[in-house]
Amino acid sequence: MKGVSMLNVPAVLAIYRFEMARFWRTALQSIVAPVISTSLYFVVFGAAIGSRVQTVDDIPYGAFIVPGLMMLSLLTQSVSNASFGIYFPRFAGTIYEILSAPISPLEVVLGFVGAAATKSIVIGLIILATASLFVPLHIAHPFWMVFFLLLTALTFSLFGFVIGLWADGFEKLQLVPLLIVTPLTFLGGSFYSIEMLPPFWRAVSLFNPVVYLVSGFRWAFFGRGDVAVGVSIAATLAFLTLCLGLVAYIFRTGYRLKS
Amino acid sequence: MQPIVSIANLSKVYASGLHALRGVTLDIAKGEIFALLGPNGAGKSTLINIVCGIVTPSEGMIRVGGHDIQSQYRAARRMIGLVPQELTTDAFEKVWDTVSFSRGLFGLPRDPGHIERVLKDLALYEKRESRIMQLSGGMKRRVLIAKALAHEPKVLFLDEPTAGVDVELRQDMWRLVRRLREQGVTVILTTHYIEEAEEMADRVGVIRKGEIILVEEKVELMRKLGKKQLTLHLREPVGTLPESLARHALQVGEGGRSLIYTYETRGERTGITGLLGDLADAGIAFTDLDTSQSSLEDIFVDLVRERA
Ligand SMILES: Nc1ncnc2c1ncn2[C@@H]1O[C@H](COP(=O)(O)OP(=O)(O)O)[C@@H](O)[C@H]1O
Ligand SMILES: [Mg+2]
Repeated sequence: MKGVSMLNVPAVLAIYRFEMARFWRTALQSIVAPVISTSLYFVVFGAAIGSRVQTVDDIPYGAFIVPGLMMLSLLTQSVSNASFGIYFPRFAGTIYEILSAPISPLEVVLGFVGAAATKSIVIGLIILATASLFVPLHIAHPFWMVFFLLLTALTFSLFGFVIGLWADGFEKLQLVPLLIVTPLTFLGGSFYSIEMLPPFWRAVSLFNPVVYLVSGFRWAFFGRGDVAVGVSIAATLAFLTLCLGLVAYIFRTGYRLKS
Repeated sequence: MQPIVSIANLSKVYASGLHALRGVTLDIAKGEIFALLGPNGAGKSTLINIVCGIVTPSEGMIRVGGHDIQSQYRAARRMIGLVPQELTTDAFEKVWDTVSFSRGLFGLPRDPGHIERVLKDLALYEKRESRIMQLSGGMKRRVLIAKALAHEPKVLFLDEPTAGVDVELRQDMWRLVRRLREQGVTVILTTHYIEEAEEMADRVGVIRKGEIILVEEKVELMRKLGKKQLTLHLREPVGTLPESLARHALQVGEGGRSLIYTYETRGERTGITGLLGDLADAGIAFTDLDTSQSSLEDIFVDLVRERA
């Protein structure tokens, strides 16, 4: 029962397609919403603040916030898509079919998390495209840009999956994104460089994992970040490993899926 | 022949501490229709859900088609189709898509021909482009059945398939079950309607408080169901019975100390008056008597009372 050759590919694809169908069914919200909110950010932050803060680290402020904006959406979208994706079948009871199917936990995760990550990457790219209408963009390290994009989407989709397993109500489902993910992202240097903070708050910020993601992502765009890129990469991989471990543990114990 | 489903010493204690199953041992033969009968809360769904992989067993061993359901879950589950008790369906998906999804989930390549056949068999083909939430309850149940048949299972579990469904669907269901049997599919269904077991099953198991208390061929069961026994404890042991008692077909108990008379409770005449008269004439005196119904009948009486 082991080995890649035993992977139930049709099952992974079935879950993946099912989840993506939900995304396309609500394409209007899925796609229009990020376009509108990105445009608003540009109006508020880019135009209003950007007229006072002209550059950060020699980067025009409008361009400077693009990686942070993308990260903000990537994080919130990954968490909400993945948590909703697995929570809903639990809530509706349709999870019975997945539990009774000849699929391994790994395949379930691949299907759900893969779809959630895909959605948030699509949204991230839409934001990038929208942003490029407002500011000229040049990506210094495209490979690493894609690397951070993929790994962040994956990591936070895994994180969302865990939340979707843990939640026993719609309130809890929204609690974590609202109380943890969004504040960490806003305080994680999405719209400013942590260099701009007083020393005390700069030190505090270094405990915020999102700082490393935003910094690495910004480095991929502009060749400069708040922390060394190697630290960002290490932090991203560490968080990914942590989420993978958490998911593996959950499935081993049958936590919240089986009685 | 090797049973297609083999359950040995299965127990389940839920996290709440509730003992839902106690040492259940049960073999299901390939191709039979097996009805698991029992009152609400007896453990029927728990038993099915464990075999299907939805609930984890606390103890015991289960094989489906010879495959252990835990260590060889892929091979075991590929053979199984499940129609759950609760009407749990997606809402926004279309009928065709949700049934195709089920097939993919079980690892099979697409086969529109098969999906079409299943939908037509269940009178769902016209509705294939409808969203599930637009369907009536009965139609949703048909969708659940279609999903369970999408991957051509060898063993089909129907958990209370006819609870709360209309007459038409009930009859369609019975037709479907017979057709599946002709194709060699084993069907295990739960119900608390005796007539349903009577109508559909080859064999019946009765479960009460987590224990299988009886498994019997239906024909045999029906024979026992309508019978009652009167036991007469004799003052003096008898050797051979006098000719005059032959028409009562009495059995002689151990050591000739008792006589056992079996009669139809459903019949208009039980023949008891005649028997007692003939016994008196033959000079056979008894000290005590008791009557017994098969314990199954007690259960059924309980069941009927619960339904009322
Ligand atoms: N997830 C669960 N957690 C705790 N107890 C449960 C759970 N599911 C069922 N039970 C209990 O187990 C017993 C058997 O339930 P069930 O198998 O659903 O019976 P049936 O299908 O025969 O009506 C009942 O007392 C029920 O309340
Ligand atoms: Mg039940």
